[in-house]
Amino acid sequence: MRLAHAASRVLKLTKPSRLALPLGLLPLLAGCSTVVLDAPGDVARQQGDLIVLATWLMLIVIVPVIALTLFFAWRYRASNAQANYQPDWDHSTQLELVIWAVPLLIIIALGAVTWITTHTLDPYRPLRRLDAERPVPADVKPLEVQVVALDWKWLFLYPEQGIATVNELAAPIDRPIRFTLTGTSVMNAFYVPALAGMIYTMPGMETKLHAVIATPGEYEGFSSNYSGAGFSHMRFRFHAFDGDGFEQWTDRVKREGATLDRDRYMVLEQPSSRDPVRHFASVAPGLYDAILNRCVGIDHLCMNEMMAIDSAGGFGLDGLEALVPRSAPGPFGGPYVSAEVCRVDTPSAFPASFIATPAAP
Amino acid sequence: MTPHVYPPADPVFGKLSWGAIPLHDPILLSTFVGVVIGGLAVLALLTRYRLWTPLWRDWITSIDHKKIGIMYMVLGLVMLLRGFADAIMMRAQQAMAFGENVGYLPPHHYDQIFTAHGVIMIFFVAMPFITGLMNYLVPLMIGARDVAFPFLNNFSFWMTTVGAVLVMASLFVGEFAKTGWLAYPPLSGLDYSPDVGMDYYIWALQIAGVGTTLSGINLIVTIVKMRAPGMDLMKMPIFVWTSLCSNVLIVVSFPVLTAVLAMLTLDRYVDTNFFTSSLGGNPMMYVNLIWIWGHPEVYILILPLFGVYSEVVSTYCSKRLFGYSSMVYATVCITILSYLVWLHHFFTMGSGASVNSFFGITTMIISIPTGAKIFNWLFTMYRGRIRFDVPMLWTLGFMVTFTVGGMTGVLLAVPPADFVLHNSLFLVAHFHNVIIGGVVFGIFAGMAYWFPKAFGFRMDEFWGKVSFWFWLAGYWFAFTPLYVLGLMGVTRRMSHFDDTTLQPWFVVAAFGAVLIAIGIAAFLWCIVVSIRRRESLRDVTGDPWGGRTLEWSTSSPPPDYNFAFTPVVHDTDAWWDMKRRGAERPLSGFQPIHMPKNTAAGVVLAAISGVVGFALIWHIWWLAALSFTALVVAAIVHTFNYHRDYHIPAAEVEATEAARTRLLSLHV
Repeated sequence: MRLAHAASRVLKLTKPSRLALPLGLLPLLAGCSTVVLDAPGDVARQQGDLIVLATWLMLIVIVPVIALTLFFAWRYRASNAQANYQPDWDHSTQLELVIWAVPLLIIIALGAVTWITTHTLDPYRPLRRLDAERPVPADVKPLEVQVVALDWKWLFLYPEQGIATVNELAAPIDRPIRFTLTGTSVMNAFYVPALAGMIYTMPGMETKLHAVIATPGEYEGFSSNYSGAGFSHMRFRFHAFDGDGFEQWTDRVKREGATLDRDRYMVLEQPSSRDPVRHFASVAPGLYDAILNRCVGIDHLCMNEMMAIDSAGGFGLDGLEALVPRSAPGPFGGPYVSAEVCRVDTPSAFPASFIATPAAP
Repeated sequence: MTPHVYPPADPVFGKLSWGAIPLHDPILLSTFVGVVIGGLAVLALLTRYRLWTPLWRDWITSIDHKKIGIMYMVLGLVMLLRGFADAIMMRAQQAMAFGENVGYLPPHHYDQIFTAHGVIMIFFVAMPFITGLMNYLVPLMIGARDVAFPFLNNFSFWMTTVGAVLVMASLFVGEFAKTGWLAYPPLSGLDYSPDVGMDYYIWALQIAGVGTTLSGINLIVTIVKMRAPGMDLMKMPIFVWTSLCSNVLIVVSFPVLTAVLAMLTLDRYVDTNFFTSSLGGNPMMYVNLIWIWGHPEVYILILPLFGVYSEVVSTYCSKRLFGYSSMVYATVCITILSYLVWLHHFFTMGSGASVNSFFGITTMIISIPTGAKIFNWLFTMYRGRIRFDVPMLWTLGFMVTFTVGGMTGVLLAVPPADFVLHNSLFLVAHFHNVIIGGVVFGIFAGMAYWFPKAFGFRMDEFWGKVSFWFWLAGYWFAFTPLYVLGLMGVTRRMSHFDDTTLQPWFVVAAFGAVLIAIGIAAFLWCIVVSIRRRESLRDVTGDPWGGRTLEWSTSSPPPDYNFAFTPVVHDTDAWWDMKRRGAERPLSGFQPIHMPKNTAAGVVLAAISGVVGFALIWHIWWLAALSFTALVVAAIVHTFNYHRDYHIPAAEVEATEAARTRLLSLHV
């Protein structure tokens, strides 16, 4: 059954593709759902087109090489006495020139394409177009989505709407989306193949991604950087809504959802796998910044504050009092500097004035 | 984030307890039983046939580069079986774990398997194979009697082996890392990998890394200082050139691996914060550093095999290599450029467009010298007389397969394309395409080509061809589906899939893995058949293929001293040149030959290093301190060993050479 189903998918013809697929993979790819090459999102689609273009460019040299390898192997087989045999022929300046120049020219062309597209498709670059024909209208502001990769689920915060969701992402079509992404524990990568290329999410770091989707529908999203035991199921659904679908969805989240305060976040942050979709109607103020700066728990100093203190020269000798004894005897006995140093309630180490107004760098 | 809590460590046994033995896991337990029974059988046979003494005297303590080279190849082969067992288990899991079916491997086990597969295949299969080939061949090709530092060579081998032993031990005592083969923090840090798996990883690689670095130094010095008179740099065989470049890369890049692992070790053992997410630590630094080693590493692996293909093509086409100097310059270009591309492994970390384009374009530039090499092999075939012996088949398989892998590699070097293909099965298919199609095929070509030199008889032709065709078909069946799956947006390292429509592709991939399994079995059977038929496959000439380089000028297998007289070189293809000019073998005037003496120091030092590693892995501090002291003492004691050399008497050389003269005359 499954095989038959897959076979029917393989045989199903795609809509006429703007660029025919490369020769080598043609028979295999002629119709299966290669979303990477035929994505509904404008950014992903351009990235897919680039794959096809680069493949064509390289086939200029790859096809002759493979063909010549097989041809020479057959033509100059030892049993073929007719073939010319020149055991000492080992140099030809013209040939050498061709050998080095042809790949060089191709790489110059591909390098130029690379330089341009790497800049135009830079995930950090705000979008200028909705698709090849339509630029972004002047009055359209991108939809802000803050993404947090947790062990092993995705938290999406919508600052504009004041809502949050777990393992469900939604956006209206034809409106640029501006993702800012971070993580809480280990590295992951945020990837919706239909929408745009992937970007890493890392604790204490923020990455950015711009994308837009043109076709309404439900798409797959997942982590594409291995992150531990629950990795295989760190997946979510991406809904692209047309009309007022997105507003309806937002309203539904607001109606159904609970509140995502810091305590609830601390529970959510604990590792879990195959989490159901969850909706939150409101979000504690500053939660995303606190996650990014690793200080959701109230007893942690935020990283940006810590960095401000450090860049102002630190605490000097007072900081020595911040050394803490080890929680259990390790090989190297004595006290050490711990992340736990950075507590609000360590009065000598952290004069209140510092925390309230970190010295300007 | 809560601080990690140290599990209570026993003062005597550290973290080691009976719980570390995986008695609950039927797969591991049956493997363990199998290994124990097999091991006991080997020990019994060794005792039965009184092989302990020869094994110790002629192999374990041997500092003959030829013996060490063969031991490296055996190590590579044994570890290939382990690494491939991991591979076929992964393929089986991914072929069945769809929808309701969770497969037979829980993530805890599956994640260890893909980590071990990568680590083993790179560090303990590919590295020993290429080091083995270089060890065996470089001195013979440059007309030397051994490497520059023969004792160091033995020590290097045993350090690599001890690293492999630690990885194997993790199978039955404790567990292995669950982090992926490059062990990115924070996942590999203490907070997210508190168990011993990561410590096995670290110490196995650190110990093996000592061996690799020392062996790199050894081979560089050998090539630079010990070439036969007349062999200037531009007369070295291409294999020697590629070995030189590969070893230069080893010496300059392995220290980076050592340093980055040392910092990770400090993070895990003494609470530093190099790569944690707290207190100014930065995991991205680890990712950069590990790839500053990791990218040169792939060229370390492939370059010597480029040399093998060059030797094989030229021999089996009975023709000079086309574009020798262009080949040398291409090799050197690749060596230098391999340092300027590491960032292409993480375009998606957000480095910015200009940085990404720079590294994308430098990566593409590497394809130019690589392309030139392919063309040079192509035009070596042009107007040649091609004999399709097994090594030549592997080479042709390589040229066709590797070209495709090169193409997908350049594709992945285009940053916007990489944003959609990174970490996907397309990437997995790409690097298997170049590593199997380039490195593995080259190793098999090299083994079939130089087997008669090492053992005095050729490999069985039929089973060699069976092995080749199964490997070739198996490769394409196993990895073409992965290319397609990558384009369908399927990511790597998944132990379960929800989308059942993907299953047929994985079933085909698993079928490919079965074909490769048959290819491996055919290779092992080929060795058995060849040993059985050794009399009819015997090579008495020392030059069974019409070779061109100096190793074919001596007997098969070569005598301990390699060459009774140091050859004088007048041409790149030195032996071809000698044959053409009718050079006579000298039959008299032999001198005593100064040779290095065997020593047990290498194996002893390496074994003690293994104990140090094991003690550190399990936090058995007293044992670590004790064995480390023993290591230092043993090294010092070894420096007082003044009996390091001996002379092979002229009479013995004369007798050996006379026996060869008799054989040669019988043959003609």
